[in-house]
Amino acid sequence: MASGQTPSQTIGPFFGPALIRPGLEMMARPATRGEHLIIEGRVLDGDRAAVTDAMIEIWQANAEGRYDHPEDTQEKLLDAHFHGFGRTATDAAGRYRFQTIRPGPVPDRRATLQAPHINVAIFARGLLQRLATRIYFPDELLNATDPVLNSVPPARRGTLIASAGAGGTLHFDIVLQGDDETVFFDI
Amino acid sequence: MNSLTGYRREAPGAHPPNTHPAYASSHKRAPLHEPIRLAHTLSEITGPGAGWEETRTAEADLTHRNGGEALGERIVVAGRVLDEDGRAVPHTLVEIWQANAAGRYDHPTDRHDAPLDPHFSGIGRVLTGADGTYRLMTVKPGAYPWRNHYNAWRPQHIHFSLFGPGFATRLITQMYFPGDPLLALDPIFNSVPDAKARARLIAAFAIDVTVPERALGYRFDIVLRGRDATPAGI
Repeated sequence: MASGQTPSQTIGPFFGPALIRPGLEMMARPATRGEHLIIEGRVLDGDRAAVTDAMIEIWQANAEGRYDHPEDTQEKLLDAHFHGFGRTATDAAGRYRFQTIRPGPVPDRRATLQAPHINVAIFARGLLQRLATRIYFPDELLNATDPVLNSVPPARRGTLIASAGAGGTLHFDIVLQGDDETVFFDI
Repeated sequence: MNSLTGYRREAPGAHPPNTHPAYASSHKRAPLHEPIRLAHTLSEITGPGAGWEETRTAEADLTHRNGGEALGERIVVAGRVLDEDGRAVPHTLVEIWQANAAGRYDHPTDRHDAPLDPHFSGIGRVLTGADGTYRLMTVKPGAYPWRNHYNAWRPQHIHFSLFGPGFATRLITQMYFPGDPLLALDPIFNSVPDAKARARLIAAFAIDVTVPERALGYRFDIVLRGRDATPAGI
């Protein structure tokens, strides 16, 4: 029997004790294969004010470019020390931080290799639906041919590419609204 | 390569647009650009599932905490998590949070002048069974004021967070109660354009879910996105 989807509603401001537990943002363990890195940034609103009550979830492939999921049947190795899911909330300055690894490339639906990327979902008071975006990596040759990046107007593409900081840290701000608004996807 | 099937797009009006002027918090937070349509790839079809977190049976019963019983009207909320074709979504994580019977969240930023209940956290978790069913025991949450507009009150509600099989099936929503007069006045509930879709947010009183001598029962089925008819590998 077919029936309609249950509509989305906002996460509101009071989700923290229910959804956020320390450690969910530490996705990589010492034994996890691949290039370990920190991704951090801020969530900002249309006035460039910090969004201090957002939840960020990320989902990514392992260093080989395989998702830990039964529908990813690629002949690539799984990593027993990496699942690929992270969740955190922004702090009083609107900052978030994940400790993870650089994912390998995964194919798109036409078997074109996508550039390495991290899938991001953003929930917050004031957002009636979750926002979806992707974090791409700077200095990545595959970015030039990535089908998703190439579907974005060139002037806005840069909002999807993290910037390199010191000591293996990548910086990725999420701007919810305005001229330099982050590109969000209808997924 | 994989022959992958993506997830179905929603019917128009089934989900709220992020830009909703009656909801003040959206004014500076809703994106102004249209989101860019993305054909589903492995990145959207796969998802974290439930294996990243363990759940304990006790987390499905919110009515005891710190050695005492929560105050308020005990209720059972039970139902199924399904996709649009009526197929069960098995072993998926359901996380809930809610105000106590007085309309107060156990949260540092909730300033509503209503009492906390030391015996109620308002937090629950449960995995759906192989047939997509879940069951939670809690107390009916109170309505509470908020500052969206003059004399604004949120209808009684329970927040639900669900994953489903993929990154694209992720859903956070709210469950409301039948007959609540505040529903007609609530900008969050009314942000959903289609009236039939809105009605899917309201649980149904169910005598067969009701536990004799113990708790009133409500049925709340949650429908996640179904699969596309055609595989994505074309």
